[in-house]
Amino acid sequence: MRIYLSQDTAAKALGSEEIAAALQAEAAKRGIALDLVRTGSRGMVWLEPMAEIDRGKGREGFGPLTLADVGALLDGSLSSMGLVEDIPFFKRQTRLTFARCGVIDPLSLDDYQAHDGLAGLRRALAMDGAGIVAEVTASGLRGRGGAGFPTGIKWDTVRKAEADQKYIVCNADEGDSGTFADRMIMEGDPFSLIEGMAIAGLGVGAAKGYVYLRSEYPDAIAVMNRAVDIARGAGVLGASVLGSGRAFDMEIRKGAGAYVCGEETSLLNSLEGKRGVVRAKPPLPALEGLFGKPTVVNNVISLASVPVIFEKGAAHYASFGVGRSRGTVTLQIAGNVRHGGLFETAFGVTLGEVVNDIAGGTASGRAVKAVQVGGPLGAYMPVSKFATPMGYEEFDGAGGLIGHAGLVVFDDTADMLGMARFAMEFCAVESCGKCTPCRIGAVRGVETIDRIRAGDSAAIEVLTDLCETMKDGSLCALGGFTPFPVMSALTHFPDDFATHKEAAE
Amino acid sequence: MKDFIIPTDDRDLGTPVRQGPPVTLQIDGFEVTVPEGTSVMRAAALAGLSIPKLCATDSVEAFGSCRLCVVEIEGRRGTPASCTTPVAPGMVVHTQSEKVRKIRKGVMELYISDHPLDCLTCAANGDCELQDMAGAVGLRDVRYTAEKTHFRPRDTSGEANRQWLPKDDSNPYFTYDPAKCIVCSRCVRACEEVQGTFALTIEGRGFDSRVSFGAKTDNALASDCVSCGACVQACPTATLQEKSMIELGTPTRSVITTCAYCGVGCSFKAELNGDQLVRMVPYKHGKANRGHSCVKGRFAYGYATHKERILKPMIRDAITDPWREVSWDEALGFAAARMRGLQEKYGRKSIGVITSSRCTNEETYLVQKLARAVFGNNNTDTCARVCHSPTGYGLGQTFGTSAGTQDFDSVEQADVIVVIGANPHAAHPVFASRMKKRLRAGAKLIVVDPRRTETVEGPHYKAAHHLALRPGTNVAVVTAMAHVIVTEGLMNEDFIRERCDWNEFLAYAEFLSHPRHSPEATEMLTGVPAADLRAAARLYASGGNGAIYYGLGVTEHSQGSTTVMGIANLAMLTGNIGRQGVGVNPLRGQNNVQGSCDMGSFPHELPGYRHVKNPDVRAIFEQAWGVEIDPEPGLRIPNMLDAAVGGTFKGLYCQGEDILQSDPDTKHVAAGLAAMECVIVHDLFLNETANYAHVFLPGSTFLEKDGTFTNAERRINRVRKVMAPRNGYADWEITQMLANAMGSHWAYTHPSQIMDEIAATTPSFAGVSYEVLEEKGSVQWPCNEKNPEGTPLMHIDGFVRGRGRFIVTEYVATDEKTGPRYPLLLTTGRILSQYNVGAQTRRTENVIWHDEDLLEIHPHDAEQRGIHDGDWVRLASRSGETTLRATLTDRVSPGVVYTTFHHPETQANVITTDYSDWATNCPEYKVTAVQVSPSNGPSDWQEAYSAQANQARRILPAAE
Repeated sequence: MRIYLSQDTAAKALGSEEIAAALQAEAAKRGIALDLVRTGSRGMVWLEPMAEIDRGKGREGFGPLTLADVGALLDGSLSSMGLVEDIPFFKRQTRLTFARCGVIDPLSLDDYQAHDGLAGLRRALAMDGAGIVAEVTASGLRGRGGAGFPTGIKWDTVRKAEADQKYIVCNADEGDSGTFADRMIMEGDPFSLIEGMAIAGLGVGAAKGYVYLRSEYPDAIAVMNRAVDIARGAGVLGASVLGSGRAFDMEIRKGAGAYVCGEETSLLNSLEGKRGVVRAKPPLPALEGLFGKPTVVNNVISLASVPVIFEKGAAHYASFGVGRSRGTVTLQIAGNVRHGGLFETAFGVTLGEVVNDIAGGTASGRAVKAVQVGGPLGAYMPVSKFATPMGYEEFDGAGGLIGHAGLVVFDDTADMLGMARFAMEFCAVESCGKCTPCRIGAVRGVETIDRIRAGDSAAIEVLTDLCETMKDGSLCALGGFTPFPVMSALTHFPDDFATHKEAAE
Repeated sequence: MKDFIIPTDDRDLGTPVRQGPPVTLQIDGFEVTVPEGTSVMRAAALAGLSIPKLCATDSVEAFGSCRLCVVEIEGRRGTPASCTTPVAPGMVVHTQSEKVRKIRKGVMELYISDHPLDCLTCAANGDCELQDMAGAVGLRDVRYTAEKTHFRPRDTSGEANRQWLPKDDSNPYFTYDPAKCIVCSRCVRACEEVQGTFALTIEGRGFDSRVSFGAKTDNALASDCVSCGACVQACPTATLQEKSMIELGTPTRSVITTCAYCGVGCSFKAELNGDQLVRMVPYKHGKANRGHSCVKGRFAYGYATHKERILKPMIRDAITDPWREVSWDEALGFAAARMRGLQEKYGRKSIGVITSSRCTNEETYLVQKLARAVFGNNNTDTCARVCHSPTGYGLGQTFGTSAGTQDFDSVEQADVIVVIGANPHAAHPVFASRMKKRLRAGAKLIVVDPRRTETVEGPHYKAAHHLALRPGTNVAVVTAMAHVIVTEGLMNEDFIRERCDWNEFLAYAEFLSHPRHSPEATEMLTGVPAADLRAAARLYASGGNGAIYYGLGVTEHSQGSTTVMGIANLAMLTGNIGRQGVGVNPLRGQNNVQGSCDMGSFPHELPGYRHVKNPDVRAIFEQAWGVEIDPEPGLRIPNMLDAAVGGTFKGLYCQGEDILQSDPDTKHVAAGLAAMECVIVHDLFLNETANYAHVFLPGSTFLEKDGTFTNAERRINRVRKVMAPRNGYADWEITQMLANAMGSHWAYTHPSQIMDEIAATTPSFAGVSYEVLEEKGSVQWPCNEKNPEGTPLMHIDGFVRGRGRFIVTEYVATDEKTGPRYPLLLTTGRILSQYNVGAQTRRTENVIWHDEDLLEIHPHDAEQRGIHDGDWVRLASRSGETTLRATLTDRVSPGVVYTTFHHPETQANVITTDYSDWATNCPEYKVTAVQVSPSNGPSDWQEAYSAQANQARRILPAAE
């Protein structure tokens, strides 16, 4: 009997390890030959721990499981939710990057290949560097870490740079609140990232890659390390990638807990063993990156999307999306929602559809007040902006940013002045301390918001000016984007700031 | 003559200079053309448009942290920092706009919200960039109510502020006040990029980011800090501040001059109030130091006003008498009468001079002129005798000039740097910093030294090869390297055929090819593993631009001249001569060793290294001086002392050198001096030699006179009179007064006239004048009609002597051998904080780093002798013995011990022997067979010496 059970960190947090142990014990007791396949997550976190059994009609889902369900699951008496692929949250997705996640055994290279893995790499191996980069350019892929910079252009800069050594660096320092796509794909389909990095290496002429992976993801680190070993053993990595004679190898490097090291230049400093402080640009990392060499720095999702672009063709990937945002966006829905989890879909879906329709509104049942999109530096989007389509330019036009596509939903009990204060406090705690607007500004921001809370209305102007200084003056996005949550809270929810004043009077 | 030079273009252009094709852009409507790679900030500054800045300074790379220098660039988004944005053709920049003004004001408001506003009582008042910038951006109000600050010892509720840190005043020369820090990282970057020590770092992050000397628990003194002052120089506020500025206030005038310590010859800006020196600041346009300094030049000038400095002339009939202060007339009359009397009684050649490598070229020239034109003999020698005389001889023989081949800038283009018998980290720190910068950028280092010196390994570099040879085996090592190069076919045949004598090369190659010179054969002798030596030789021969730098570890041997020639051979074999990044470079010990040699201080040479036996050369000077010059070479220092003991040499005028402490075999020196009937010491202090003197003429410091010094790169730098001589006269005036007291009629009124005489008589100086030096800042000789701009690089198209000459270098072991009685080899050297005999540095706060000489001994040798770290030990050779404390370290190999010679209490030279270089008599300081044993304290000799010194230094109260 074969049962698929997620061992994704989210599933484990919800008890999948206890379920797995109970299944093994119970099966042994009953003399059932249990083939328990540990997979990644399907991304429907409210259904975890979720088991899947294929009884000939496809994989049926059972979840969320409790220990009491184990016996019934084994004897077939537990009622299923039907085919997993028919669960509405799943069915309406377009799974390109996450196609295998939750389906396969993450560390089975055979399983990976059986699900079209390595097809992209094989195709890329038949192309030269310029061809590979052209394919990525044609796909319209943009950086999924947040900045949305066209990946093909970045790769082409590195490809054209003359150097004895170039690097592919994967930014897996996923620190934004409410985001987990990087972790989920690394735990659920690590070979897709490896394959994507190998294609990047072939494209730009880099023989060495690093994944800078945050220490808070021990499972992802373990899975990635094993996957790299397996890939190297199987000749996917090494001196001759799939026997092509072209070299690419990679290492997993662990971060040390600084949010700012998710900023690409701090990341490079940290990777070099230096203090994780931001570097001024120029020089661009594409020209002087890791150890001063031309370097592609891409987010996990950007790189993990590359294999499917090569497998299915750039045109296929580019056929999804809206405006200049092509392909799929891997939404991570979190906060006060009924249905949280990973939702991959073509760009273009509106914010309102995501929150009300897909996520099913708030878990508390109260009215939605705001959605913070794009992590702790993202703007608070009020309900009035729910018609905004998910797209880089579209969000920018609405005064927000997609960032890494994490959404945190708040109901009407949220204290938006408190949220603004938190944004400043977060910046103060995580600032690398290099540039002045961030180093001193964030501390003064917290103090100034406290003045507003205490009823000092003159402080609102000071806060507004401070946000302008931070936005225009900061060296990187940490100080530069902290004004987004602060100012969006102040602009869209003036009452939360005024109320305190009146209360104080 | 313009004595006070107020630097006109001393502005901080914000970011370092770049080389590249010209790029033209427009800034605020002005067209500017600058080299590619230049920052917008620097381009604007060059156009006279200064963009506000705090974290940028042109000694370090742009950092982009302060955000004051934002500008708007047409066609670009946002407000890029001008310091980190390189220029582009056609770029249109606006340094002023409402937007950037608002950002600058906003940033400044944040800075000031965390800064104590005690400007009027702050040591940086008037010298503070934060103050200047607050003005420049028009900040008029700070609207924040700052709860968290770094400058309030207590917060608003009276609780201790955890963020406040007390001032660190552990360093004797500067303080670190964290309360005033704006965390611009300029100090940290200067320590890394300019000095290369990496003592400073930023601790913590965000608002907790603090400049820190090492770990949190360290202070400046306990950290790795070498007190070079680069951080103080870089600091825009009073956070890192000279204590002298705190005490004396902001200087109001400045004079550019040249440091009087080592042979690097750093240019400094002496900053003063009236005649009160407030601080010495490295001069950014100084071509030797490029704005950097070390602890000695930057801070250790306090000896000039030390209470032990003698300001009045003194005489006595016998050295057992106390000194008597007298007038200049009386002292000079007494000296002149005695010297003339000695000549009458013992002959013309019974007296002589020793010129000083610490005095100016002009002063040195006058002292040798005194011997030749007034005494009528060639009894002139100089301390170069005991340091770099083999360099003069060896390079003269092989290349044709007695000097280094490069300028210091050259090291920036070296790929393989070979350091032989030198520890620039300690003895030439500013050059070391420039070298280390190149090493951090990837150049390879080979060190040949018996000790694992600080130069071998440092932050972010490590020697590819450290050949820890047995002291005294330099020739074997250098010859074995040449053996590898020749037998493995790594030589540059084209270069040799074109530039050198091919037949001599063939003879040399045949000599070298003999298996007795192979690394394998010499390994037993030198202790250097053959594989290491082979690898080092291959690296030097084939690693790109190979540059050799060497020091006294090469010259101060019985085969010093041979090693110098061997080094020259290596450079010729590999073609590493005649362009940037290569060459053979002696690191000169004292500020003007090169100059004192150039000026004819040696008994056989007239100025410009021309032998005194040549009538045509003599004729030049005979005509200029109106006297007849003795064609016979005079006595070298050791010969003078021997002759004194033998009773034929009776009188000595010794300017600015302490031969008793610095020359080998102290007892012999003392005996020689004691046998003389008139010793005239001309110095700042009653030095050890003065214990045997009959006349003491108080000297002037480098701050008190005009002149020139010539550094190790042949650079003639101006020394400028910063203040009036406290002793009344500059040294050149005193020598002139002595000459005139002896019947001459010298009438120089300014040192420039002496330089004019040098230029008129010496071809390599023909183009040198004070006017030229004012105009160019400095020139490197030869400077003449052929090279009017001076000569940064020598031997570009051919050797000065014609064809480069290979000289066979057969290793001959020194006679100084270890045996059962003296089983260890002593080698000597220097330490960063002290200089030479310590006469100057011992009279400064530098003693905090090194207050006594220590004996470095390997733990194995110490264990065998029952010696523990810090124990008093007796150090004995066949010459003498002394006692000092031991320090156990594996820096020295077993069988080798090491000490410094900075302190007269130790008198390391009691131990050293009278062996010397076969060609030049340069003493063999670096190899002495010794024994080390536990001891209870000072030796009898030390006690007797100390008693004699105390007796000899008595000064009678002046008669009213």
